[in-house]
Amino acid sequence: MSKALVYGDNINTDLVIAGKYTKTLNFEELAAHCMEDLDPQFSCRVKPGDVLVAGRNFGCGSSREQAPLAIKYAGISAVLAQSFARIFYRNAINVGVPALICNTSSIQDGDEIEVDMTQGIVTVNKTRKIKCQSLSPIMQSILSAGGLVPFLKEKGDFVLD
Amino acid sequence: MGLTFAEKVLSRKAYQEVHAGDCVIVDVDVMMASDTTGPIAIKAFESMGGKQLFHKDRTVFILDHATPCPNERIAALHKLIREFCGEQKCVFFDQNHGVCHQVMLEKGLVHEGDLVLGGDSHTCSYGSVGAFSTGVGSTELGGAMLTGKTWLMVPQTTRIELSGKLPEGVYAKDVVLKIIGDLTSDGVTYKSVEFAGDGFARFTQEEATTVCNMTIEMGGKNGVFLSALTDPGLMPDKDAVYEQVLYYDASEMVPMVSCPHTVDNVKPVTEAGPEKVDLVYIGSCTNGRLSDLQVVAQILKGKHIAPSVRLLVCPASNQVLMQAIEHGYIQTILEAGGTISTPGCSLCVGTLGGVPGDGENVLSTTNRNFKGRMGNSKANVFLSSPATAASSAITGVLTDPREVIQR
Repeated sequence: MSKALVYGDNINTDLVIAGKYTKTLNFEELAAHCMEDLDPQFSCRVKPGDVLVAGRNFGCGSSREQAPLAIKYAGISAVLAQSFARIFYRNAINVGVPALICNTSSIQDGDEIEVDMTQGIVTVNKTRKIKCQSLSPIMQSILSAGGLVPFLKEKGDFVLD
Repeated sequence: MGLTFAEKVLSRKAYQEVHAGDCVIVDVDVMMASDTTGPIAIKAFESMGGKQLFHKDRTVFILDHATPCPNERIAALHKLIREFCGEQKCVFFDQNHGVCHQVMLEKGLVHEGDLVLGGDSHTCSYGSVGAFSTGVGSTELGGAMLTGKTWLMVPQTTRIELSGKLPEGVYAKDVVLKIIGDLTSDGVTYKSVEFAGDGFARFTQEEATTVCNMTIEMGGKNGVFLSALTDPGLMPDKDAVYEQVLYYDASEMVPMVSCPHTVDNVKPVTEAGPEKVDLVYIGSCTNGRLSDLQVVAQILKGKHIAPSVRLLVCPASNQVLMQAIEHGYIQTILEAGGTISTPGCSLCVGTLGGVPGDGENVLSTTNRNFKGRMGNSKANVFLSSPATAASSAITGVLTDPREVIQR
């Protein structure tokens, strides 16, 4: 069962993973410090499959891909926000983390969340349904390949379907 | 229908006329990575099956975010980059150069009309030389290193016009902070920004770099100074379609400061209160250039910083440092009680270079004051122009530079 971990507006990438922790290729280490300066309990609270929920402008700031990687390796299965900063949005899709734009205002911390990627529907506590904005076709292709590495490994080049 | 700068550049790079909202595949002219983003980009490139870089002469790696190397873990990442660049024979700058964006501009690696992808969000700086440059993550950079291409959504454009002249004691940084305060941190998310008008046209290239550098702090994809454009084919058409046009009068500008912990929490220095300042940091890709150090040296000349203040000055590059030595600025800063750091990102990203203590206030000429940015989430970071920073170092409290300059 996936739970919502809910945060506010303008969560920047320094809060997702501080600069002092970014210099590593061990992504489990990133996960250990994910959201540390915002929510020191995050790494204890998060369970595999949980969904990170935020307000406006999630992921503003740095281009550090360590931010979506920290989230991914912490076990988060999707990030829902009212809007994303553009570099984070691309980075999340490129590392295979679904970043979905929807009206998150009614989601409470601890709510049970189900994300139907094919329909673009989020179900809250098995009852309430929220429609997500659809990803652009190329982002959908990259995400369904599992990220940009498998996408380019398979296709060898950027292609618009 | 006329085209904006973004539409014109991206039309060239996509080999077809494109308009805001189109999704296109474009040629990438220049790619850059730092020691924060480079290692993952190299791993991504290799995992994609990459053997040889698509453009080895236009793929640039610069060690700047954690230099000189503070520990063995980062040493391993630096070594990985050095070895990759040696094998690939691409462009490489080791720790003896400076902040990546300053180095890219100093070495003439970016040209008007280039499409530049950088593994650093402040890659938007190169709009000061008429490039379309934007920050990307490591994997995306790896993809561009492999294919020489990327995909982009052609952005809508916000045009910001500045008219008139700045009053004494007011600088490019104050203007861009004022704009960020008005637009907020997601005011132009996904959008391109054109900086236009006679006010911006008066800015030097160094000042234009300060403004373009902070386009990301309003959410922008790229920023460009129209006064940097010499190619009529890149100049936006008179009937170009803008998402919005904003007008500012330079003569009404005053010294501004971003208060903790968001860049858009902007106030005039005089309204931010008499905050005590424990540490002043002058440097970065935003404000660590020769003209910035000149202003700082002019204010500090013959004076001494307050006994309660630590002043750290980090020239943006070795070239800036050498020129500042020649002009006597470094001597002045040292005599005033300052400390000089090795050119690089240093304290701006909190990996090394003078991390503040709990509860301390830092006044910095950098571009971000996020909680924890400088390595301690219990410190408070304020952002200002170099003049405000130097003036406050003398008084020990947040100070409008016009008070010190007039003394």
